[in-house]
Amino acid sequence: MGDFLLLSFIFLCAGVIAVPIASRLGLGSVLGYLIAGIAISPLLAALNVDVIAIQHFAEFGVVMMLFLVGLELEPKLLWGMRNRLLGLGGLQVGLTIAAVMGVAMILGQPWTVALAIGFVLALSSTAIVLQTLNEKGLMKSDGGQSSFSVLLFQDIAVIPILAILPLLVLPELADAAHGAAADGHGAADHGADDHGGDSHGTNLNMIASLPAWAQVLATLGAIAAVVLIGSLATRPLFRFIAWARLRELFTAAALLGVIGIALLMTLVGLSPALGAFLAGVVLANSEYRHELESDIDPFRGLLLGLFFITVGASVDFELLGANLAPILGLTLGLMALKALILFALAFVFRIRGADRWLFTLGLAQAGEFGFVLLSFTTQNNVIPQAVADQLLLIVALSMLLTPLLFILFDRVIAPRFSAGQDREPDEITPEGGIIIAGHGRFGGIVNRMMRGAGHDTTVLDFSSEQLELLRAFDVKVFFGDATRPDLIHAAGIEDARILVICIDDKAQITELARHVCKHHPHVHVIARAVDRQHVYELYAVGVRDIIRETFDSGVRAGRCAFEALGVHPFEAERLARQFAQDDRYAMRELASVYKADVPIQDNPEYVEKAKAIREEREAELKRGGRGFNSRSDRGWAPPTLKDVEVVTEADEEERHEG
Amino acid sequence: MLAKLIVYYAHPGQRFSRANEAMVAACRPVEGVTFVDLYAEYPRFNIDIEREQQRLIDHDVILFQCPLFWYSTPALVKEWIDLTLEHGFAYGAGGDRLDGKVMMFALTAAGPAEAYTPNGYQHYPLRTFLTPLERTAGLCQMRFAAPYALYGSLLAADDGRIPPHAEGYRRLLTALRDDAYDFERADSLGIVEVGHLDSLIGD
Repeated sequence: MGDFLLLSFIFLCAGVIAVPIASRLGLGSVLGYLIAGIAISPLLAALNVDVIAIQHFAEFGVVMMLFLVGLELEPKLLWGMRNRLLGLGGLQVGLTIAAVMGVAMILGQPWTVALAIGFVLALSSTAIVLQTLNEKGLMKSDGGQSSFSVLLFQDIAVIPILAILPLLVLPELADAAHGAAADGHGAADHGADDHGGDSHGTNLNMIASLPAWAQVLATLGAIAAVVLIGSLATRPLFRFIAWARLRELFTAAALLGVIGIALLMTLVGLSPALGAFLAGVVLANSEYRHELESDIDPFRGLLLGLFFITVGASVDFELLGANLAPILGLTLGLMALKALILFALAFVFRIRGADRWLFTLGLAQAGEFGFVLLSFTTQNNVIPQAVADQLLLIVALSMLLTPLLFILFDRVIAPRFSAGQDREPDEITPEGGIIIAGHGRFGGIVNRMMRGAGHDTTVLDFSSEQLELLRAFDVKVFFGDATRPDLIHAAGIEDARILVICIDDKAQITELARHVCKHHPHVHVIARAVDRQHVYELYAVGVRDIIRETFDSGVRAGRCAFEALGVHPFEAERLARQFAQDDRYAMRELASVYKADVPIQDNPEYVEKAKAIREEREAELKRGGRGFNSRSDRGWAPPTLKDVEVVTEADEEERHEG
Repeated sequence: MLAKLIVYYAHPGQRFSRANEAMVAACRPVEGVTFVDLYAEYPRFNIDIEREQQRLIDHDVILFQCPLFWYSTPALVKEWIDLTLEHGFAYGAGGDRLDGKVMMFALTAAGPAEAYTPNGYQHYPLRTFLTPLERTAGLCQMRFAAPYALYGSLLAADDGRIPPHAEGYRRLLTALRDDAYDFERADSLGIVEVGHLDSLIGD
């Protein structure tokens, strides 16, 4: 327990200190975590901490990240990516394996080892690249989408690679291993699988012993299970959970889902990340999407942070110091080679301008799958331990250098292209960006009006019953408590133009309004006010469009009463308008003296003002004689004889002069 | 043959207009006349275009009873014209649904008759200010009948001119309904006042 707390403290401390500094310096969070890892590595070594074990645990963040990426990607979009995915991704992996293998053979490695090295180094770092692209908002760009296609293909490619690697066993290594295993200190100690939590581990593979056709069947069955459960079982499951009315249960359910998928995929020997991605895609159209997103996102962030720290901490500086020149040279050579292939592919696939450079520089590193494959290869006696240790350094170093390449892209390359004349036209962002929080009697009307006029809306509601009802009418709504800042974030508050707060609870309305006004000042907030005091509170937190929920209907009822009294309908309309105007005037006046922490009756200024306004109105009534031209009946008044004389005289003067 | 007649009454401040009140009171009992209080029907200006167009189709004589505001009609009449006299309905390709119908105005003007002369303070005859309305009717292939007007409407009550004007209004509507009105002769007068009616209404 003490160890656990101490370790958590060290890791959290390193992250909390290093990341803000790195972000402040414009280095990005990934580099911040990596530096934090390097900084605490001596400490970890002194404490005898198994960094690699922690790293394999943290790799689960990648699974979560791919789940989140899947959530953002509707099946339709994925289908649209198929050419890039297979063409670009397939060629990148194939060509890089061939090139790295060639270089390794030139450097004197046997072909089996060279091929294995090719496998290890061909893959890029999903964690670093997606995290950085998201952070910089480049995910939607052409370069970002192409990078994502390649990363996704690499994730798929891990499966056949894991199948092929055991075939490349070096007989002499295998013999040595057998001998060592007898002593109980096998090469497997370097492997990840002993530590559990390995995202690509195979030791849980339950079907390896089955015949090939059964394996294929089991694999397809697992994929079908993910798709079916995702599309059919989510809804009843969440409804079931909603009965408990406990927020943390949703988080638990979301985690359960992701971990369950990872487990299932591991059982059939597939990549858990791939399974999670698939589940994400299946759920992309679900109304629980934003809820899932906001539940998983903090875990993803923390685990990836931990992962990056362990990458930093796992750099073996002793080994690096001893072989500084060759390892540094090999790392730079590898990145140059990968970049060259990527650049050529970008050219062939017509990725233009800054996007080409983003694609080239972004994917030029080796990735976390490399660590996994390395432990797998040494464990299977494919690559000698000494070579593997050096490769581990190369992978880690290339990951360490990647944030620098992104900085290079940001500072040098992107500005040059955006300044250039032949810049591609900006993608037109779709209209909409309207978030409606709460879809009850109030928000439902707002939503119907917006959608009726052809605007897309994102609706959030925290009532399963309400969702059931709405789905029957084909209204697109998302499940979740809109007062949670993370859910509002997941619903896209960053890109939103308007937030309409229609929930019932007075305190929650104020809280949500306060949060959005403070942290997202670009969003136009329209808030429902429960009563007059609530109006003042909302005004105080910065809302300027405040709608009293019963005011308009009250005014309409008053207007109807006028009409029933025999007042002419247009006169009734004008009286109602006048009333609303007077009332708003009084409200503004009173809002200026309202104090949030003082009850109205104890606020002499407020009482004074309210009295003054009432007296003013009564005096006006007493003056009486509301003529056609009085305040509520202003309109055309024919000129008096006096007015006419003035005009006539002026006209005559003009005539004489002319 | 009886002509079908509709009266559109438009006054935003009805209880302040004694002249128009008396005219309404006089015309309501006339049988076979459709009476519409525009400001009562559309207090929020949301005009039902389909309904209004159907009303035009159903009637032969369209008469607007309203005060003269700023040398024009009250705002709602303009809104009504803008929306109801649609392209393809009232004018333009296929817009011949009003062909041959009559558009007429019964106006109350605050200025005295002398004001609407070259030396009066309004400088021009009343008819000149109505040119836009006349062309509106023309574009819709309607006859723009000479308006029935009450000059000096604010002083009319004190001068005892309101009862005869209202009674004349009743006779006018009856004559229009009975197709006993001499439009050509009215045209030559430009503006019809109550004193002209004897010569315009046949038997």
